[in-house]
Amino acid sequence: MKKSEIDKVATLARLRVSPAEADEVTARIGEILAMIDQMQAVDTTGVEPLAHPLDAVQRLRADEVTEADRRDELLALAPSNRNGLFVVPKVIDP
Amino acid sequence: MQNLTVTELSAELSRGAISSVELTRACLDRIGRLNPELNAFITVCEESALAQAAAADRARAEGDERPLLGIPLAHKDIFCTRDTHTTCGSRILQDFLPPYDATVVEKLRQAGTVMLGKTNMDEFAMGSSNESSYFGAVGNPHDPGRVPGGSSGGSAAAVAAGLSPMATGTDTGGSIRQPASFCGITGFKPSYGRVSRWGMIAFASSLDQAGTLTRSAADAALMMQAMAGLDPRDSTSVDRPVEDYAGALGKPVNGLRVGVPRPHFAKGLSPGVERGIHAALAELERAGAILIDIDLPNNHLSVPAYYVVAPAEASANLSRYDGVRYGYRCESPADLEDLYTRTRSEGFGDEVKRRILVGTYALSAGYYDAYYRKAQRIRRLIRQDFIDAFRQVDVIAGPTSPHVAFPHGAKADPVEMYLEDIFTIAVNLAGLPGISVPAGFEEGLPFGLQIIGPDFGEALVLNVAHQFQQLTDWHKRLPETAAQAETGEN
Repeated sequence: MKKSEIDKVATLARLRVSPAEADEVTARIGEILAMIDQMQAVDTTGVEPLAHPLDAVQRLRADEVTEADRRDELLALAPSNRNGLFVVPKVIDP
Repeated sequence: MQNLTVTELSAELSRGAISSVELTRACLDRIGRLNPELNAFITVCEESALAQAAAADRARAEGDERPLLGIPLAHKDIFCTRDTHTTCGSRILQDFLPPYDATVVEKLRQAGTVMLGKTNMDEFAMGSSNESSYFGAVGNPHDPGRVPGGSSGGSAAAVAAGLSPMATGTDTGGSIRQPASFCGITGFKPSYGRVSRWGMIAFASSLDQAGTLTRSAADAALMMQAMAGLDPRDSTSVDRPVEDYAGALGKPVNGLRVGVPRPHFAKGLSPGVERGIHAALAELERAGAILIDIDLPNNHLSVPAYYVVAPAEASANLSRYDGVRYGYRCESPADLEDLYTRTRSEGFGDEVKRRILVGTYALSAGYYDAYYRKAQRIRRLIRQDFIDAFRQVDVIAGPTSPHVAFPHGAKADPVEMYLEDIFTIAVNLAGLPGISVPAGFEEGLPFGLQIIGPDFGEALVLNVAHQFQQLTDWHKRLPETAAQAETGEN
């Protein structure tokens, strides 16, 4: 994996890899990917992917409101809130 | 008193030899004395614990005889506890006060238990040494210079050191069984879906499962009875009856077919552990179990497949930590992108960031088939190996970990750390129940025997572990720190 790829992946993940740590992070991730690449030696043609140990399908339920309204309580957990809304830095220029 | 099992404490409470308040106070005193060195607890709930204990004593006086009534316990800090700090070992949740209890917490409270506090863990359960915690490393009660294992290292250390008679844990790739092995206690991971994941902070949703850390398999059975069952709030929890775990503990191992995947022992197993595991298997054989050599041909692919599936799921799960709705937020963000990026970069530790990057990479355009799909196909092969093996055996037994607890800082290389879980990871990929029971010591440090069962073979696995503990007394050998502290008490 190249440093340019690390930058792209970090941007996708909303993480910052500082120039000082870029070499170290790139090397570590490279080692992990090399270990993972042992998988490529195995022929898995015709093997169905397993997403869930029991091959379960999502259980459905009636579309009914079951939770109480706890808006104020949940909003209070936010680092910043006002008038029942989460507050973030301005995203649209006037 | 701190050396007693839950089963024994329950009997003592029942006959009135001790009260829950006395027991709880003794645990809190011991936490006060030993936790500064061990760092097993992140949060201690003294006041509420004593109030819960007093309530348990009142209920008992009125004839309430539930087995866990008044028994203190510790919860891994991954379980949400209403209005009690729940950090998941991370700076990003340092000040998080959940507005609800996890189902596991609620069920154990309803069973009458007393919550002593919340235990230390690897950040977001990502680690095998408990060294990735934002709240510092944990000491192994057998040698505080060594790791307790991870990620449920605080829970394992707390139980081994007698700070709590039992604790909850979670196991995504070995995070209950490996610390149980390192700390000389019993650690049980049920089948995927047996225990609700609601309110258990998500790491890898198709692998995460809650379980128990105790001093005996019989204690695990008591805890599991309270924890297991369908939860409408977790769509992956399973709708099937919960067996009577304690009631299933009486069956001798005579005639039990035990699969032994010997080909896998060879690699990297320390000599003392290898000898001990063979001795443990011989013990079962003497009691009438039939040892059958089996092969799990794709087991060596479990670590590579896991390190795609788990980081991929983690990268999705941890996207919720954005500094907007709850948790840490960076100081004076310049704009929304800066808020997200700096909050996450400052809030997460190195190992968590590494796994998010690996997972994001594995799921990104152009790599999805080569990594994520490939890992899922290999996951099928690994599960099929177990299904094939369980056609000819009842349980599978072998080492939990390749060696005993290592010193702090000994494994700085991530890949080396990942290979720690070589014997436990396949069980999570396949969704099976597994337990680690103490099986011996190497240079004064304990190691565990792992017993794996088929889908929903909880009662079977717990019984085999219990039978092993009737034949051996490794689980009764407590660490020296516990023994020393004991001499100062009456």
